[in-house]
Parts: sequence; C-alpha cells; structure tokens
Amino acid sequence: MKKSITPWLCLLPAIAFLGVFMVYPLVDVVVYSFEEGYNFASGSFWGTGFYNFSYVLHDPFFIQALKNTFIIVIITVPLSTGIALLISLGLSNIKALRDLFQTVYFLPYVTNTLAVGLVFMILFKKTAYSDGLVSLLIQLFGGPSVDFIDGPYWAKMFVMCFYTIWVVMPFKILILTSALASVDPVYYKAAQVDATPKWRVFFKITLPMISPMVFYLVITGFIGAFKAYSDEVALFGTNLNAAGMNTIVGYVYDMLYGNSGGYPSYASAAALILFAIVFTITTINLMVSRKTVYYQ
Amino acid sequence: MKIVLKHLTKRFPNRNKKIKEDVIAVNDFDFTIPDGKFIGLLGPSGCGKSTALNLICGLEKPTEGQIFFGDTDVTNVAVEERGVGLVFQNYALYPHLTVYENIKFPLGNLRGENKLTKEEMDKRVREAAKLVQIDGLLERRPNEMSGGQQQRVAIARALVKNPKVLLLDEPLSNLDARLRLQTREELKRIQLETGITTVFVTHDQEEAMSISDVIVVMKDGVLQQMGEPQEIYDEPANLFVACFLGTPQINVFDGRIENGKVYIGDAAVLDAPGKEDMEVSVAIRPEGFILDKEGALECDFVNREVMGRDTSFVATHPAFNGVNIRAIIPSEENYDVSDGKVRFTLKPGKVRLFDKTTTERVKL
Amino acid sequence: MKTKAGRIVNYILLSLWGLIVLFPFYWMILTSVKGYGAYNSEYVPKFFTLSPTMENYITAFTAVPLAKYFLNTFIFTVITTLLMMVVVILSAFAFARLSFKGKDLVFSLFLSLMMIPNELVIITNFVTITDLNLRNTFMGLVLPSVTSVFYIYLLKENFEQIPENLYKAAKVDGTSDFGYLIKVMLPISKPTIVTITILKVIECWNSYVWPRLITDDQNYFLVSNGIQEIRENGFGRENVPAMMAAVVVISVPLVVIFLIFRHKIMDGVARGGTKG
Repeated sequence: MKKSITPWLCLLPAIAFLGVFMVYPLVDVVVYSFEEGYNFASGSFWGTGFYNFSYVLHDPFFIQALKNTFIIVIITVPLSTGIALLISLGLSNIKALRDLFQTVYFLPYVTNTLAVGLVFMILFKKTAYSDGLVSLLIQLFGGPSVDFIDGPYWAKMFVMCFYTIWVVMPFKILILTSALASVDPVYYKAAQVDATPKWRVFFKITLPMISPMVFYLVITGFIGAFKAYSDEVALFGTNLNAAGMNTIVGYVYDMLYGNSGGYPSYASAAALILFAIVFTITTINLMVSRKTVYYQ
Repeated sequence: MKIVLKHLTKRFPNRNKKIKEDVIAVNDFDFTIPDGKFIGLLGPSGCGKSTALNLICGLEKPTEGQIFFGDTDVTNVAVEERGVGLVFQNYALYPHLTVYENIKFPLGNLRGENKLTKEEMDKRVREAAKLVQIDGLLERRPNEMSGGQQQRVAIARALVKNPKVLLLDEPLSNLDARLRLQTREELKRIQLETGITTVFVTHDQEEAMSISDVIVVMKDGVLQQMGEPQEIYDEPANLFVACFLGTPQINVFDGRIENGKVYIGDAAVLDAPGKEDMEVSVAIRPEGFILDKEGALECDFVNREVMGRDTSFVATHPAFNGVNIRAIIPSEENYDVSDGKVRFTLKPGKVRLFDKTTTERVKL
Repeated sequence: MKTKAGRIVNYILLSLWGLIVLFPFYWMILTSVKGYGAYNSEYVPKFFTLSPTMENYITAFTAVPLAKYFLNTFIFTVITTLLMMVVVILSAFAFARLSFKGKDLVFSLFLSLMMIPNELVIITNFVTITDLNLRNTFMGLVLPSVTSVFYIYLLKENFEQIPENLYKAAKVDGTSDFGYLIKVMLPISKPTIVTITILKVIECWNSYVWPRLITDDQNYFLVSNGIQEIRENGFGRENVPAMMAAVVVISVPLVVIFLIFRHKIMDGVARGGTKG
C-alpha cells in the first residue's frame, strides 16, 4: 500500500496544476467559443453555435491581425533561418574570436524584449526633436525621411520584421552552430579526398546532415511567429489596433481584457482559429519534411 | 555468518511476451554456504548466477523458498536492512563524490542506535581504505582513478559497514590480465584478513578455482555441483562440470563399456571390472595422456604446439566429440610421428566416464 | 574559406551582425547617460557623450516605482522558480525511478500537453484567477506557471541516464528512495537542474503577457509591465534618457547572469532545443 501511493504523491502537485491550468482550460475554451452572447458579469449566455467564430472572422480588426501575422511569418521565418545558417557557417569556419562572437550573438536571448523594443523604437521613431537615427542614416544616403513607428504601413512592418528577426536569431544561431559542430569531420575529410568542391560539400553533406535541425527551426519558427505579440507591444504600444499592427494573439488578449475586452467567447474563438492555423501549417511542414529531411 | 538457502526459486516472465512459460533463473537452490569462506558462484553467462547473487543480497525477491543469514530468516528483509556489502561489476561508484565520501556513504545511512559520530566514521573509512590500500587517494574522484583503484574503492565501500556477507559480482572482469592476477591475490588476502563470508560470481573457471574455498557450479538455473575446487576438478558430477572446468578443455570421446572394459572405437583403453555394458562418454583430461608406441588409443597426428614446459599434441580421432584432441605432454618426451599417427595409453585417474543419455558420472 | 580574402570577408560579415546585435545595447547605455536637455537638443544624435550624467538613473528610481517593480519581479521569480523546481523534481523522480501502474499512460498524457499552446488556455486561466479573486496578488501571478511538462521531461531523461547500478548500490548501502533522490540523483543531475533553474529565471524575468492580464495595480507590476507603463505614462513628456536608464537597469541582472553562466545557459538552450 505504502509503495503504491508514493509515486502518486510525487505526481500530485504536477497533476493538480496541469489539471487546473492546462486540461480544464482546454475543455473550457472550446465551451466558451460556442456559447453565444456570453456575459462576463452574469456568466449567462443565450445560445450555442458558431456565431462567435463568424463574428471574429468578420471583424476587420481580426482580418488586419490575420494579415499582419501572416506577413510577419512569411518574411521572418525564411529570412531568420537563412541568415542564421549563413552566420553559423561563418562561425564554424573560424577559430579566433569564435567564443566571443557566439556570446555576443546570444545576448538578445536573455534580454527583456519589452525593454530592448523600447530602444528599437527610439532608434526608428520620428519625434519633434529628431527624425530618429535610422531615418537620418537613410537621409544621409539621399533617401526620404520616414517615421517607422507612426508612419506608413510598410515602414512599420519593416521595423516589426527586423526586430522579430533580431529577437529570434540567438536561438537559431545556437542550434545551427551546435548542429554543424556535431557533423563528424570524417565526412569532410572523405569529401576532401574526393576533391569535392566547397558548394557541393555544403549541399550534399552539410545540409543533409543538419537538415533535421533546420527543419526543427522552421517548425518552431512558424509556431513562434504565429504567436507574435509582445515584440509588437514593445514597438508600438499596447493599443495595437490603433497602430494597425495587431496580431492574432494580440486580438485574443484585446478581446479578453483591456479597453475593448470582456469577451472571452470571442477570444476563445480567435484562439481556436489560431490553433487550427498553426496545427495545419505544422502538419504541412511535417509532411514536407518526410520527403526532404535526412534522418540518421 | 553462514548463508542457508532453502528451496530457493526465482522465476521471471519471459521477455518474449508470446511465450507464456516463465524463465526459471534460479531453480530450487537448497544448500548452505559455510561461515567465513570464499565461495565462487560459477557458470556460463545467462545461467542465473547473478540472479542468485541478487537474491542473497536482496535486490530481487525469490518466487519461492527462504534465505537465512545464520539462524535469521532474511527472505523478506529489504535490501536496505539486510546489511550486506555488494561490489558491482562496474563498481557503481557515485561520480559526484570523492573516494572518501564514497566509502563514507553507507555509514551516513545508519540511524538510531547504530548512528556513528563523525570521528567514528572517519576512523572506519580510513581503516577500510587502508585495508584495500587506497589510503593515499581519498580526495580523488572516481573518474580520476584506474579500474583497479576504482574496484578497491568499491570493496572498501562494501566493507566499511562491517557487512554480514560480502558479495562480489564479476569482480575481475573489468580489469586487464595483469591486474586480474594481482587483484585475485588481493581479494583472497582481504577475505582472509576480515574473515567475512564472501560470495562472488564469475564465468571464468580459472578465476573461480584460484581463489574460492568452495565452488558452486550452475547451469540454466540448476545447481550442478558444489565442492572444493580440486574436488570438483577431479570428481566432476556430470559431463557439463567436467567440460566447464579446466583449460585446455577435457577431451570427450564416444565410447562404451563392454565385458568389463572401456572401449573407444575398437580400442580397449581402460579396465572397468564388474560394470554392466552401456554407452558412455569417455572424458580424458589433457594431462591424462601418456605417449606410448604400443598404446591402445591410436589418433591421427595433426600438429605439435610447443609451450616451453609442456608440449601440446594436437590430434584427431573418429570417435572424438569436437574438432581436435589436445594432449599435454612434458617437453622432454620425444615421439616419432612420421607415420602420421600418435598412440597413447591413459592415466586411469584422469579419465572420467559419463552416462551417454543422462550425462551423469559413472563411477568405476 | 581557404583564401585569405575569404577569411577576411567572413570576419567582416560576422562582425557586422555582432554590430547589429550590440548597437541597441550601446545606444541604450549611451542615451541613459546623456542629460535630458542635451539629448533633446541633438537633432542628429551623437554617438558619444563628453559629459555623462547619472541623473537619469536617479529619475528612473524616483519618478516611477522602478524599485518596486524590481522587487516584485524578484519575488515572483524566486517563488515561481522554487515551486516549479519542487514540482518538476518530484514528478521527474516518480517517472524515472518509481514504478507504478499506469506510468507510461500518465507520462504520454503529460507529453501530449506539451503541444498545447499557452494562448489557448490563458483565457480560462484569466477567468479562473479572476473568479478566485487572485488578481493583483502574487498567488495569481505564480500559480499557472509552476508546472512545466518540458522541464519534467528534460529532468526525467537526465535521471534515467544515471546507471541503474548506482540505485542498487545505494539500496545495498541502506538508502531509502528519497534518500537516493537527495543524496545521489540531485547531485549527479546538478548541471541539468542549474540549467533548468536559469532558464526558468530568464523566463520569469521577461514574462509579460500573463502579468499584464492579471495585474492592473502598479504595486504588483513586474519589470516588463513597468517598462510598458513607463513608455506610455511615465516621466511626463518623452524623457527618453530616463527611459533608457530604466531599460539598462532592467536588462543588467540577466546580462550579468548570462555572462557568468553563459556556457551553461547556451548548452541548456541547445539541449532543450534538441530535445524539445
């Protein structure tokens, strides 16, 4: 008796916390999403059905958020993975200063994205006193004066993507560098003996060998980018709808809380739509990878 | 402390789940390990000797039967309470602790009236370290030591709590050949000095013979024979024991008893007065051959291997079970093999007969 | 990269990215030591300053309750990390070392929870915490984040790599299961435990979304919410140098931890990445 109860006592805290804050909410979010006209104060609702989903899908703010999120995903995932791959290759070719570079590159991982976002905002923002450092640099080369924070949509999107890439790079560089380091050098020696050209070594040996990790980064990159939110807040403030820079996750939180909040049903519907999108994209990714990724 | 095993049996469910029948790792062990002796549990791999050791130590619970330490029934005493020392094959030293801390570890678990003061612990640790001659290495960590040193630490850790019984699982198998010889003597010395009942498991018959006071030979979970090393070598209870002990291996021929004589092929090699006619296996130790031009046992000569002190004659015979016969002959003896034949007479004391069907010993 | 030119190009490109990474840090420190007046009079901002001042740091701590945010974050981080370590260690121990009916099933259920995005459950958690009247309390901040299936998984894997024989040896030496956990498993798994702790500390220090939902009383703001508050309402009109001073202060603790433990942190993240 004593023996059989000990393991469950050990697991009790984890099971309790997961039950209350993971499993129950999971069921609940689905319930919420089908309860029409749910009133937060009284806890009452007047029907069940797909109205919440329909409302969310017809909400122009949601459409804007959806569009923003997709643009961020499509630009930042391939770009950050590609640049990270280049940087990791560069790192694997040097000995001197390598540790220093690696340390520097990892720095953004441990910084508060809200705090550093503020610095980016300062660098890009046009104020009464200054056009902002970046805009001034552009003008130096004869370009126009641009306000990246309160200006045109493309400019805002540029800062957004730039900052997102800046934030996600440390993780990708780290993973790819260790993936490259774990390729057995004997393959390179063998290739060298066969006088294989550099580009061919990369595409025929290095890339296939690290392809599981590249693929892992693509999947997690997609998932992470679809959940973009706090980076946006860091740059454009909490009222993302006003800035036209909201994301799906931002829309969920806005529906839940804040000036336009108090609608957990709409929030739940939006969250489930997000989950469906992420799930679909991940499944497609997995299907593609089966054909392209080499596993040892 | 003597160890009494009473009808001890251990069954495991078969690993292959399709087979319903259990695997019997230890089958009805019923014998007494005498106090203060060095016992070798010997058998080929998979014969259940490690399971037997685990049963004695308490890491496994027997399916049936009982275990006594002295007069105390310890069958249901948990391993923590049993007070045994165990040295693992790969030593199982705690990698995060120094040698000193490793040896001290069991003492830190003593509670209540057995609890020791710091000074007592320190004294015991140093005594144990001294016994195994590692008192100069106490501040090292396991990964900074050689295999032989690690093993000494493991032995010291097992001995420090003055166990009733010391158990060693393949104590020499992870050491190189030279170290093995040295450690063998060392183990014997430690056992003699402490006088503690020691059981060790090995698949190496030479190792078992050289240090054990008593050898227990096992096969497929069944006890084959128990006795002093020389006794087991000289008077094996069955063909398996005869073949398992001794290098080079005993030479086994198909033979028969007919009219009070033992025949290999047509040659009458030995007298067997008063024995009934029967089919037998004739097993001859390599040192049981005598070169003799007139010898009854005629074999086809293959090769002569010079080993310095002895010469090994390699030969074949149609009735031989196996590839080559090996006969060990003192080097000074000469023999002309120009006709491609070699003839032997046999030393009766080095020939053992076994029933062809039961493989049990047939005494003359 | 056999040729010298190639090597130089390589270093230049690597340095370029290093510059992009470091520049924001340089800029925040630089701006934080510029005077309010000096900063606002530079139409083209200067890349250095000849008259550094600490007044912005004083402003950062006096004009807004930055110290309070700090303390809150510290308390939140310590409580959350400690509680989580206890929960995680106990669970990993049960999965790795104890045997009980339904272990595999429970473990796969745990693993399947790893796929659930936080965004999906945060809605109900918000309602739960609100209903329990735990908004603007540390309890409300801490409770939903004291369990991590991923860290349970990571630690369980680590525990299982400890040789079975050590467990047997400890048993023979008279150690109980919990004694074994504390005296052998934890010390041997120390690197992983340290890694998990550091990663959790980083996560806590930077957490923003949940605290934002659950606190609207400044007395319970964490640094992330604090910085957002400062950005939107703090320091009167656009006191950028003071803002930057606050940003520097908030960033320093983690950067220091990172520089001390950088190999541990990077190894941990790489390993977590491989196994996640």
